[in-house]
Amino acid sequence: MPDQLIFAMEVTLNGLLNGVMYALVALGFVLIFKASGIFNYAQGVMALFAAMTLVGIQQGRVPFGHLINEIFGTDIHYFGWEVPALAAILLTALVMIGFAILAQRFVFRHLVGQEPIILFMATIGLAYFLEGVSDLMWGSEIRNLDVGLPQGINDSIDAVTFNLFGYGFFIDNLDITAAIVATVLVAGLIAFAQYTKQGRAMRAVADDHQAALSVGIKLNYVWVLVWSLAGIVALVAGIMWGSKSGVQFSLSLIALKALPVLMLGGFTSIPGAIIGGLIIGVGEALFEFAIGPMIGGATENWFAYVLALVFLVFRPQGLFGEKIIERV
Amino acid sequence: MFYREAGDFKTSYADDSQTFPIAFDRYRYYAVLAVALGIIPFVITDYWASAILIPFLIYAIAAIGLNILTGYCGQVSLGTGGFMAVGAYTSYKLMTAFPGMDMVTVTLLSGAMTAMVGVMFGLPSLRIKGFYLAVATLAAQFFLVWLFNKVPWFYNYSASGQITAPERLLFGHAVTGPNAEAWVKYLFCLAFVFVLAWVARNLTRGAMGRQWMAIRDMDIAAEIIGVNPLRAKLSAFAVSSFYVGVAGALLFTVYLGAVEVGEAYGIQKSFLVLFMIIIGGLGSLFGSFAGAAFMVLLPVALKVLLVDTMGWDTALATHFQFVIVGGLIMFFLIVEPHGLARLWSLAKEKLRLWPFPH
Repeated sequence: MPDQLIFAMEVTLNGLLNGVMYALVALGFVLIFKASGIFNYAQGVMALFAAMTLVGIQQGRVPFGHLINEIFGTDIHYFGWEVPALAAILLTALVMIGFAILAQRFVFRHLVGQEPIILFMATIGLAYFLEGVSDLMWGSEIRNLDVGLPQGINDSIDAVTFNLFGYGFFIDNLDITAAIVATVLVAGLIAFAQYTKQGRAMRAVADDHQAALSVGIKLNYVWVLVWSLAGIVALVAGIMWGSKSGVQFSLSLIALKALPVLMLGGFTSIPGAIIGGLIIGVGEALFEFAIGPMIGGATENWFAYVLALVFLVFRPQGLFGEKIIERV
Repeated sequence: MFYREAGDFKTSYADDSQTFPIAFDRYRYYAVLAVALGIIPFVITDYWASAILIPFLIYAIAAIGLNILTGYCGQVSLGTGGFMAVGAYTSYKLMTAFPGMDMVTVTLLSGAMTAMVGVMFGLPSLRIKGFYLAVATLAAQFFLVWLFNKVPWFYNYSASGQITAPERLLFGHAVTGPNAEAWVKYLFCLAFVFVLAWVARNLTRGAMGRQWMAIRDMDIAAEIIGVNPLRAKLSAFAVSSFYVGVAGALLFTVYLGAVEVGEAYGIQKSFLVLFMIIIGGLGSLFGSFAGAAFMVLLPVALKVLLVDTMGWDTALATHFQFVIVGGLIMFFLIVEPHGLARLWSLAKEKLRLWPFPH
């Protein structure tokens, strides 16, 4: 087999796994958009905040330590204990739920019935706010996140492909873990939406706010639920991306990587987010591999957007989005 | 009492269709012009010019441009930063390729170039709507910034990848470059703001503006009553991009002087201008100015308050700035989703009856 083809196969495989990571972020968007019609730009910052909180709790950092020191002239940074990873993840999930309740109570409850663009702007405001809070709480330095996920090259794939092609593929264990976690997460979310009472309520609200209200579904409760779920998805995404490249400001920019995935898959479809993620992941990796070197590289910054744009011209609601019906 | 239409009789059509038909508005406008032209140029200092006045004027142009597209025509765009970069790089190429060309022509041509690019990226808006379009315009943002970063021709093969504005004179005074004086830069920007705002005001009152608004309110209905959506949307993209391009060019030539594209024209800039028009008020020229003033003044005010007065750490103040800006945006949207322009019109409503409310 020619070398180029083998390389292309490796790139494709890595692209697929990368796509899963994008899909993980896109999922959080879809959840909120489906249930409340809010296009939540803050999703990426939520992932950053969740990862920061996780690291902070794990290492026993004092929240707002920097601020307290500045105001009272003290010098405290650590509580002096370390929390085990699992407990820290649970605590962070609680923090994200708390955040969901606060966001709903103080912001989005007051914006019910506003135009979508206003809600979108509010989430950008929320993103700024949360970013500032995250920096104030935990500082803005880059942090290492380690919750015991396997890292580094997967030896068995390396060995198998070496036997087959005489060239070992480099596949990161972390990416494989992420793919498994994402699959479990999606299966769990779909099961939740299909088979539980809360899930049914969620789908009802997604379908029609007023009809759901009139059969006695508490809108506020469902929205808090959805924001909590999105917060937990953000936590998972934060753990994956944080373990991969450290927890830092750029983590919040993964929201921007998720947007073309959303456009491609459709804003309202959970499977669409996954498939969109895979298409973007592979397309981007192959384009950078094949054409990137010819035109200066770093094409992954924009390729996803242009690909999604071309798709949209032919299918304005994305691959799996609900058909846009316009009435006068 | 002061703000009223009563007793302000018009005796000709020209009078009736003038830009500010109400006497109070007109006097206010003359007063603002008198201050801007008669007082500020004589008292302006370098600090005021570079911290507040020049960024305010430049962002006001950008905000008017985006407001035409988003506020008047209803097409949400997140590509403003990229379009500003087109303006900046066009002006750079023109200034270096034709050293004799005067700055007004350079700036206008930069706007024209941006208008063409804008129309190109506006084409998908005929098929794609709403959020899908907003995200699609991000394609312009990322692609354009990447292009200016990766193709050396755009930055004349300079080693740093930066572009630097050479010195250019206008009426014997340096407008760009390190030797330009504050009052010259200020007047240069003010002239552009004045003309472009006047044009925008009259465009949005005229047939074209009405078509844009019809498309914004309901594009299918507009099409049925005979508005050509292709022409309306693309003309909005063209005019809007022209303004944004002029703002981008001025930001580079007059204000910053040297630019690294990812830093100066990144996605943050797109959001900044979008914040301006949302906080100022969608579909309002006054709102564009108010929003630009607000977003330019806020960081300066916060810095003065937190760092200079309370003696806080700069990093900490920056974090607080994020919290406060984010919080204020949410607060504004909750209290007054129609922005500062709405507050202004409410104030005028009150003024009309004051001091006898019954």
